[in-house]
Amino acid sequence: MEYEPVIGLEVHSQLKTKTKIFCTCSTSFGAAPNTHTCPVCLGMPGVLPVLNKKVVDYTLRMAVATHCEINRESRFARKNYFYPDLPKGYQISQYELPIAQNGWLEIELNGRKKRIGITRIHMEEDAGKLTHDPDRPLSMVDFNRTGVPLMEIVSEPDIRSPEEAGAYLRQLRSIVRYLGISDGNMEEGSFRCDANVSIRPKGSGPFGTRTELKNLNSFKHVEKAISFEIHRQKEILEDGGQVIQETRLWDPDKNRSTSMRGKEEAHDYRYFPDPDLLPLVIDDHWIDSIKTAIPELPDKKKKRFMDEYALPSYNAELLTSSRELADYFEACVEAFPNPKQVSNWVMGSLLGLLNAQGMSIDASPISPENLSQLLKLIDQKIISGKIAKTVFEEMAHTGRPPKEIVAKKGLVQVTDESSIRSAVLTVLHRCSKEVDDYKNGKTKLFGFFVGQVMKETQGKANPKIVNKILKNLLGE
Amino acid sequence: MKLYELSIQEAHRLLRKKEISSQDLTRAILDRINTVDEAVGAYITVGSETAMAQAETADKSISEGRLTPLTGIPIALKDLICTKGLRTTCGSKILENFIPPYDASVVKKLKKDGAVIVGKLNMDEFAMGSSTEHSGFKLTHNPWDLTRIPGGSSGGSAAAVASDMCIGSLGSDTGGSIRQPASHCGVVGLKPTYGRVSRFGLVAFASSLDQIGPLTKDVTDCALLMNSISGYDPADSTSVPEHVPDYTSFLENGLKGMVVGIPREYSTTQGIDPDVSDAVERAVKKIEALGAEPVEISLPHTEYGVAAYYVIAPSEASSNLARYDGVKYGYRDKDNNSLLEMYKSTRSKGFGPEVQRRIILGTYSLSAGYYDAYYGKASQVRTLIVRDFNKAFETCDVILAPVAPTPAFKLGAMTDDPLTMYLSDIFTLSANLAGIPGISVPCGFSSEGLPIGLQIMARHFEEGKLFKVAYNFEQATGFHKKKPHL
Ligand SMILES: [Zn+2]
Repeated sequence: MEYEPVIGLEVHSQLKTKTKIFCTCSTSFGAAPNTHTCPVCLGMPGVLPVLNKKVVDYTLRMAVATHCEINRESRFARKNYFYPDLPKGYQISQYELPIAQNGWLEIELNGRKKRIGITRIHMEEDAGKLTHDPDRPLSMVDFNRTGVPLMEIVSEPDIRSPEEAGAYLRQLRSIVRYLGISDGNMEEGSFRCDANVSIRPKGSGPFGTRTELKNLNSFKHVEKAISFEIHRQKEILEDGGQVIQETRLWDPDKNRSTSMRGKEEAHDYRYFPDPDLLPLVIDDHWIDSIKTAIPELPDKKKKRFMDEYALPSYNAELLTSSRELADYFEACVEAFPNPKQVSNWVMGSLLGLLNAQGMSIDASPISPENLSQLLKLIDQKIISGKIAKTVFEEMAHTGRPPKEIVAKKGLVQVTDESSIRSAVLTVLHRCSKEVDDYKNGKTKLFGFFVGQVMKETQGKANPKIVNKILKNLLGE
Repeated sequence: MKLYELSIQEAHRLLRKKEISSQDLTRAILDRINTVDEAVGAYITVGSETAMAQAETADKSISEGRLTPLTGIPIALKDLICTKGLRTTCGSKILENFIPPYDASVVKKLKKDGAVIVGKLNMDEFAMGSSTEHSGFKLTHNPWDLTRIPGGSSGGSAAAVASDMCIGSLGSDTGGSIRQPASHCGVVGLKPTYGRVSRFGLVAFASSLDQIGPLTKDVTDCALLMNSISGYDPADSTSVPEHVPDYTSFLENGLKGMVVGIPREYSTTQGIDPDVSDAVERAVKKIEALGAEPVEISLPHTEYGVAAYYVIAPSEASSNLARYDGVKYGYRDKDNNSLLEMYKSTRSKGFGPEVQRRIILGTYSLSAGYYDAYYGKASQVRTLIVRDFNKAFETCDVILAPVAPTPAFKLGAMTDDPLTMYLSDIFTLSANLAGIPGISVPCGFSSEGLPIGLQIMARHFEEGKLFKVAYNFEQATGFHKKKPHL
């Protein structure tokens, strides 16, 4: 029997506000343990939470960007459980009345578009971090992360393959980055994903028993873990067995998951409305102010790049994968209005350079002004494409403008026919044996002569003129 | 003249005239504590040194002509109001050595006004109880009869005021915890409107019901303390940005035009001691004689209040008390080998039986499958009680009622009967469920010479009306002037 996977994703995205969700401690990462703490985030007796409005702003941006209904009145709730990294013994989250629900976003896979429903978006606080001493029976807790704001985005079970899951996640990440509300970094944990997976006979029918996958720490592992799980469930069903509802932990080293806890061991979190926080009321004015602040989002931008710059879908998607990259591209096109050419250089040499050095576009040593200047130099035939590669490398090293590099190194292309002619004559004189071979029919040697002439001119000769003069002198 | 017997208002007058110093007054209070607290047991911690230092500062500021009505006045606090650098135990072994690194917002306000913080007062552990017998440390005795309870959970706060071991005090009221001990000890006690006084730094019992309020020797002092501690606090999201009037402006004579509501249901409540109903009836007549017009009102859902309260309060408490897990501060039992064991032994040994009883009750009420039947239902009852009061206040300005069904009972009399103890909160906890203010003012004595209080309740943020009625009654009767013999 052919099976069809049914997948839903729960994503936790750390919001990059300056301060925590319920106190004024810094959210910055990497400080000495327990230095970004106060009585409130340490859960000391008698302290009270005060909601950071910025967290609401950021979450509303996401809600608007994903076409969600916004609840005019939402509530914070307490999720009760004991763990040493949870100082109050409960996490402040949202339960019955989240800030937003019933939205969607669009993904594109192999040229096919699909909407994935978003069940709900809500706000909550992060927990601290436990470390265990390997040598002694000792555990240590760092509360710096306690109270860092999280936005949880729960998808509908609309995803039907690991690849769709990957596309959905990438789209989600791209949106949070566009909105400037999260770093969206899975490896560093600012963007975390749990997956609910079940399978059913292809077509329709009721959903099968689902399992929840945890510890999916990269895009690659999300797809791998889901594939593994689909395969595992298929084997169980094909052997006449039954899938059991459980939480499974992905092991990225062994590329497999193992059972973490069953349904019976599931926590009862005893949710109830947090009496320390008033219902969160959001009025039209607030929503309007968010709407006007929303930038052009990736799917719209991609479409515009295809229409306005006549770029193929692949190029448009890659160039709009981040707001900064798209801005870079558009700055280049503004100075040098040849989108095709700009796209080739940005996607080829520039991204190649940045990827090799592990740099983001913001940190690019080559500014959009300098890249477009380089393309102009090529266009105006001041330098050859070959020289341009050399200039580009120099720009990457020094960050200097290409004009300056070309002038300083004397790289201006030679187009003067008489000086090229004399270089050609020098080469033909020196290589009289090859000239004889050529004339005896070894016409493949033409390229050799071109190379020798370019060498003679330190690569500055205009290749078209070289070709023309060579053909002439070799007697054609 | 015995300095410790002064009221806030009287002491302030003498301080202002520089006839006494705050250091004289504070020393007199500390001496009084030394003399009588062994018998009464009101204090958990006395901060003699810090108090004297604060008194010195107060004297300096008085000599420079800067003084508020509270400058230099020795005030004591129920031991669940956090004081920076001064141990705050909440009456519990689990916080026996907890020294807060912050002041509660009310403490900041008191200090800003120049008050002297004398020390921390005994209470039922985590404010759970009506007799102060559930303190993790000691018993507090009723100054009027040392064999009896002072009431609770702010028993230390009421006993300390009644026995002149402070000039005024603060307590907290979740279901009657200020008004009931005030009634039992013959002092004035006010539970303000929910949101009137900041809860920041008040160790939480039931967050949607808790409110800090004053316990004082008379109504004027109560108004003076309210002037200091009231008002919106950005650190408490549930405090309300509503104008705070000068509460002393309501202390004027005459109750003409005031309509007082008498709840029909309260007179038929079973188990009311005849001494209590007599005293309250006489009080109603007196208030009538002062010019107020009585009307009968109905609060039909009163009988469900106790059940709703004992679901909501323990539910919130079960969550509020989860932080006492031995990980970060407070008591940790060392005798264990795993995380789960550490939690279990720390909480089993750190919390007393009443606290454990309520944590279990609350945990159960919030559990999956029971939530709707318990917490959900209780919240609905709460809404009905709010409606009862709204309807009643359409026809009256204030409501008069008993505070507790009986005068103070004997120590140990109810220890094995928590349910009867719970039921004794019937007249007070409705105000907490509805969030309205209520005051207890002395209205007489039982045949055994024990004080009895009259409760007055008003609409949200109408503490002024409570002060007006209570002040007129107090001036006309003078029950507050009688002192226990110690
Ligand atoms: Zn903090």
